[in-house]
Formats: sequence, C-alpha cells, structure tokens
Amino acid sequence: MAQAFFGGVHPNDMKAATNEKAIEQLAPPAEVVIPMSMHFGAPCTPLVKAGDHVKVGQKIGEFRGLGAPIHASVSGTVKAVEPRPYSMGGNMMSVVIENDFKDELSEEVKAPADPDALTVEQMIEMVKDAGIVGMGGATFPTHVKITSGIGKVDTVIINGAECEPDITGDHRTMLERPEEIIGGAKFLAKMFGVDKVVIGVEDNKRNCIDAMNKVIAEQKAPVVVEPLRCRYPQGGEKQLCQAITGRQVPPGGLPADIGCAVFNINTTCAIYRALTQGMPVVKKVVTVSGSGVVEPKNIECPIGTPVSKLFDACGGLKDGTFKLICGGPMMGMAQYTADIPVAKGTGAMLAFAEDEERTVETPQCIRCGKCVSACPMHLEPLFMYQYASKGMVDELNDAHIMDCMECGACSYICPARMHLTHMFKTGKQMVKDKMAADKAAAEAKKKAAEEQKEAVNK
Amino acid sequence: MTDYKNLKLIATSSPHIRAAENTRSIMLDVIIAMMPALVWAVVKFGFKALTLTLVSVVGCMFFEWGYRKLMKKPQSVNDLSAAVTGILLAFVCPVTVPYWMILIGDFFAIVVVKQLFGGIGKNFVNPALAGRAALVASYAGPMTTWLDPAQNTAPLFGPTADVITAATPLAYMKQGQIAELTAQYDVMDMFLGNIGGSLGEVSALLLILGGLYLIWRKVISWHTPVAYIATVAVVTFLFPRYGASNVDWMLYSIFGGGVMLGAFFMATDYTTSPITKKGQLIFGIGCGLLTVFIRYFGSYNEGVCYSIMVMNLVVALIDKSVKPSRFGVVKSAQKKEAAAK
Repeated sequence: MAQAFFGGVHPNDMKAATNEKAIEQLAPPAEVVIPMSMHFGAPCTPLVKAGDHVKVGQKIGEFRGLGAPIHASVSGTVKAVEPRPYSMGGNMMSVVIENDFKDELSEEVKAPADPDALTVEQMIEMVKDAGIVGMGGATFPTHVKITSGIGKVDTVIINGAECEPDITGDHRTMLERPEEIIGGAKFLAKMFGVDKVVIGVEDNKRNCIDAMNKVIAEQKAPVVVEPLRCRYPQGGEKQLCQAITGRQVPPGGLPADIGCAVFNINTTCAIYRALTQGMPVVKKVVTVSGSGVVEPKNIECPIGTPVSKLFDACGGLKDGTFKLICGGPMMGMAQYTADIPVAKGTGAMLAFAEDEERTVETPQCIRCGKCVSACPMHLEPLFMYQYASKGMVDELNDAHIMDCMECGACSYICPARMHLTHMFKTGKQMVKDKMAADKAAAEAKKKAAEEQKEAVNK
Repeated sequence: MTDYKNLKLIATSSPHIRAAENTRSIMLDVIIAMMPALVWAVVKFGFKALTLTLVSVVGCMFFEWGYRKLMKKPQSVNDLSAAVTGILLAFVCPVTVPYWMILIGDFFAIVVVKQLFGGIGKNFVNPALAGRAALVASYAGPMTTWLDPAQNTAPLFGPTADVITAATPLAYMKQGQIAELTAQYDVMDMFLGNIGGSLGEVSALLLILGGLYLIWRKVISWHTPVAYIATVAVVTFLFPRYGASNVDWMLYSIFGGGVMLGAFFMATDYTTSPITKKGQLIFGIGCGLLTVFIRYFGSYNEGVCYSIMVMNLVVALIDKSVKPSRFGVVKSAQKKEAAAK
C-alpha cells in the first residue's frame, strides 16, 4: 500500500447509505438554471438572451482569460438571463432554460472520426471546448492544467480517494463506468507523454479496485490502481501526491512543481466523453445524502438542475432539516437557501437533521495538541488560532497560515470544539490584506522617492 | 412534499461534522484510568482514602463553580477537569491528612493556579502538583507522615492504632539504608504497592494499567511517560548509590515514590506539557533528569512533584523551539531558509 501522509483524521465515512445504490438518472427537470461561474476564474459572458432556442451541448457562455465555456444541458427556450442564487453564496448571472423535453442535440456536438488519431493539440482544444473543469470541487480549468503541465509532469494521478464522508459518486462511477475512466486515463497518458497513469483509491473501495483492474487487464492499458490508506484528507491533491510519489508539494506550489498532475474521476470520464463523442460537460453525478434525506441516492442530472428536484427524487427532506451542504461534510459549503442549481463542481448535496456539529457555547482550548497531530500540512492550529483571534498578522504569516488548505481535520478532531478552520479562513484573508497593503505602501514610497529624485534633478 | 421555501437553514463554516470526543469525555477517561489505583488505596489505607478523595473532588468542583459564578464567567465545572485535579491532589497526599487541609490545597490548585490564570488550558503549572507544593510548604509535618499499611490490621476501617508511621522506600534510599529497605520491601512489594507512600502513588502496576488505558484511548501519547520513566531508569541504573546493585537500585527508584503517577497522570497534563511529540520527549527526559537530581542531591526524598513543575515552566520554550517540519520543504532547503534569516 502507498506510503501515507502525516496526520489526518478518520471520521465515520457514512458511505453505507449510498455506496450500494447504482447511479440513477433524474427525470428531466422542467427548468434548469445554469450559473455563468462554475470554474476557477472570471465568470463567463452569456451568449444567449431570453427567447432564444437552445439545444443540448450548445455553447451558452464564453470565458475570458482563465476559465472554461458553459453549455446548455437541456434543449428548450431561454426564459431569462438574470442573477440567481448559486452554490458559492450570493447571486450569479445565470441562464434559465425552460425544458421542451425534446432532448435535441446541438450541431456543435461532433464526435471525432478517429479519437485515437487526434494530436495532442487537437485533444487539448477539444477538452477546452467541452468546458471541462476539475469536478472534485476545485473547478480549475482542465485544459490549463494539461497545457501548463506538459513537459513538467512525469506522474499522472487520477484521484479516486473520495475521502470525504457521505460522498459515493466517484465510488459508483468507478464501479459502473470503469471503461470510461480507463479510456480517459489513456488519453491523459497520451497528452502528457507518460507511459503510466496511477489511479489512487482508498482501500475501503475494494470492489472499485477490482472492477478497474479487470478493464485494465482486458485493454492492456498503461494504468495502475494504487490502494491508499483510508484516511481523511487522502484525496487532498498534495496528500495524494505525497502518498503515491513520496514527494511533497512546496509551500504555495502546485503538484506540477513536483512533476505530478491530479485529475478527478469525473473529470477523467468527461475527458473520455469529450474525446470520443465530442460531448461537453452537461451532466453531473451527485450524491444526495445526510441525516435529513429520506432516501439517500446517487443521481445523475443535467447541470443547472435545482437541488430541490434532487431532494424530491430522494423522497424529500425530513422535518427539522437545518442545514444544506453543497459538497462533503468536511469542506462543503452550507447553503442559506435550497434555491440553488447543480454546478460542474457539485459532487454532493447533503441535508442534516441531526446534531452532527456538536457545537458548544464557549469553546476553551485545552492544549491537547490533537490538532497538531491531525494537520496534514504540519501546522500548529492552536497557536494559529490564538494569533488570528488577536489579529497578530505577522505571527500568523510566520506560522505558515497560508499553507492551510482548510481541510477541517483540526476542527473535526478538536475535543473543545474550537472553530479552528473558520478562524483560519479569516486569518488567511487578514494576511492577504496585510500583504496587499504592504505592497501598496512600498509602491507609494518608491513613487514618492522617485518624484523627489526627479524634483532634485530639475 | 417538502416546502423548500420555508426551510429554517443555518449556514456555518465547514467542517460540518465533529468527532464525538470532547473535553468531558477525555476527563472521564482520565478518571476511569485512576480508579484501579483508588480502589487499591482503599484496600491498603482504609475508607479514609475514599472519603478524602471525594472531599477533594467536591472541594475542587465547588471552588471551580464558585469562582466562575462569582466572576460571572461561563460555567466550566461540567468539563470534569476540576474533578481530575481533585483526585490527583488526593493521590499525592498521605491518607492521614485532615479534610480541611486538602480543601486548602483544592483552593490553591483551582482558584490560585487555574482560575486566576484564565481557567482550563491557561494554567502554567499543573494545579494538583501546585496544590501539593503549597501544602508541603505550609504543613510539612502532616504532609510527610506516612501510614504503614503492613502494620494496619483492619485496613478498611482506617488506622487501627493512632497513626502508625513508617519510613517510605524513598526515605530509606535517601539515608542509604539499603539493608533495611530490602528487608522491609522486596521488589514485588514495590511493583504491586505493598509500601507506604502517598494515597494514590503506591501501586506501580495499577498506575501503569491506567496509563495503558489512556494510551489505548488515545488520550495521551506514549512519548512523555516513556521518556520520563526511561530516563529515571537509565540514570539510576548507571549511578546506583550506597552499594546497591544496579538493577535493584533502578527498580526501587522507578517503582518507589511518584514516578509512575507523575509520568502517566501529571506530566501528560495537556495544558502544561508540550504540543509536539518531539517536545514531549524532551519534556519527559527533563522531568526524569530533574527527578533523579532532586532525589540524589536535594533535601527532599522525592523529586517528582518539583521536577514536573519546573519542566512545566519551560514548556513555552520547548513549544517555541520544536516545530513540525514545514510541509513541502526538504531538510536542506530548511537549513538554507534558516541560514538566510
């Protein structure tokens, strides 16, 4: 088994609720709301207006700079282009499409004649046009990751760790669609020019490992499945690289700096579909689970499906549901409304009705040091908490708070139930603000000095 | 069907789940780990051991509750840390001390050492040890009068004679009376706890059992106790005194006095011990060395209490100097970074 990373926690994985259930197709929703920001980078510009007719796979949002295009996920009429609530909080310009249930495929979707004959440039272009982003939640544009990694990367890793509790979407995908994953992996190997792709899977998903190994053997694919120790956050990019290669991503760096590139299971499938069928990202597998869901399930639905439709397909929510989380319970974002759509990075929708959070009124640190043992980034959360709560920005920076990836392991394990991760989100912002202010001050000083110099010269 | 418009949602920051373990459950584990030693104390020293411990627990919890109430601070008595202090303070006193005296110790431990510095997690030395130190300084006589269990014929009902005092193994060792020591107590007596001493410190076996329970429950890590006991063992093995054999001297040293109680229950106190595992090793070694030094060269028979308290004071320094290695920075680069500073 692959060498493990330092620290981490082992929460109850709660996966039994959904890991035996096959991915279901959602009955087509009457309306989809497609936000123009589903990627890391600036939001897309809408290409359609109210009244337009759109077909499945038609491009409706174009990106500028860093980003990925957005496509219609159903055919029908554009009802409105207006700001709507979305999963990152607040409102975002969205295209609202009324489904005509005809499921017409756009002419833009063209399968290549021979996928195996594609050049690397053509493949990257198709990945870009398909609007593929990292679907584990980070939503970094995939074509950028590939272009910037070519030449630097010697190890391509596919992330099947799925270490967050409750979520089983990747688990079911690996089990039900192993040929898509292996196919996508082969394309990735070709693009990066490497002779081997590693799929990292936590060893609590033995059946996935077997299913994929079977396909690998049949196709004689250059892919290896690596079982990983079951420990949160095993699926964190940096931890995964560490477990598989033994190398550590330098502070502030990317996996490419140590010759690694990491792709999510769903991203790999999307690459396969884009390069074989020309199909852009219009669907997403979402795990709907948690103590507030009557009948938890894995559902595949069009992008833009209102999450309430997902909950309806799972028998609705229980009385007393007090929290909706977009993403996993460790890093997901709590939502203030159920009026949000499924986006490209939405891997799970959880509803909580029981006291999972176990908060206390006045948490008091007892200095037990469990947060230090749990931190996969080798930080000392208890001291960082003190600095952040007292506004000691320089000390925060010296304590390497910017290395914190907000995985939540420290908060999870804390017996005093301190709000550590929350404090670090605030603390990181404080450090960023201070850096910006320092930079501005330094520039102003430089400018003043130059002006003075000029005045003297005159 | 669910009414999605009227859900009463709370939107808090991640993570949204927490481990079941909390401060109270940790303290409860510590209390459970001390129960075998308490039962042994009752068997050896009589019901007074139990009542004294209970009085101490009630005293500590009352002072904690009262102080928080009086100062209008959020109540913290439910976390049971005061109860742990109460038991520990009773454990380091002779069974013969009067009830009022232990209450003074409770007051000093809880109010002066713990609450005046901000309560749980803020005290700079171990409250129970500080309580004992205060009592020893104030009432040296009663705090060093030891009941001899061997001469106590009906132990459950308290001392049969007025008070039968006995020399503890440590007293013999201090005065170099090796012949008397080995005649009165053999090594097995030391290990099982058929000796005189403080209420809860006599049985090495049961304290080790409690310590193993805490390690198994992941309440403490092995680093501090192992470093502590190993240091005492090594130093005493290398430098036996008064012509005793190396092994004998070492065994009498680690089983006698408060080494086991100190290593497993006092030096591992979260608030007053280092955060990192490496720091805990340094802390344990420091405690071990000081314990032996005080026993060899100091005026007291026993050095556990003061050695831990002195090491408590350098915890901040240890925490400052022993940091986890930064993720993603290899050793050579770290040295370069340090050199650049």
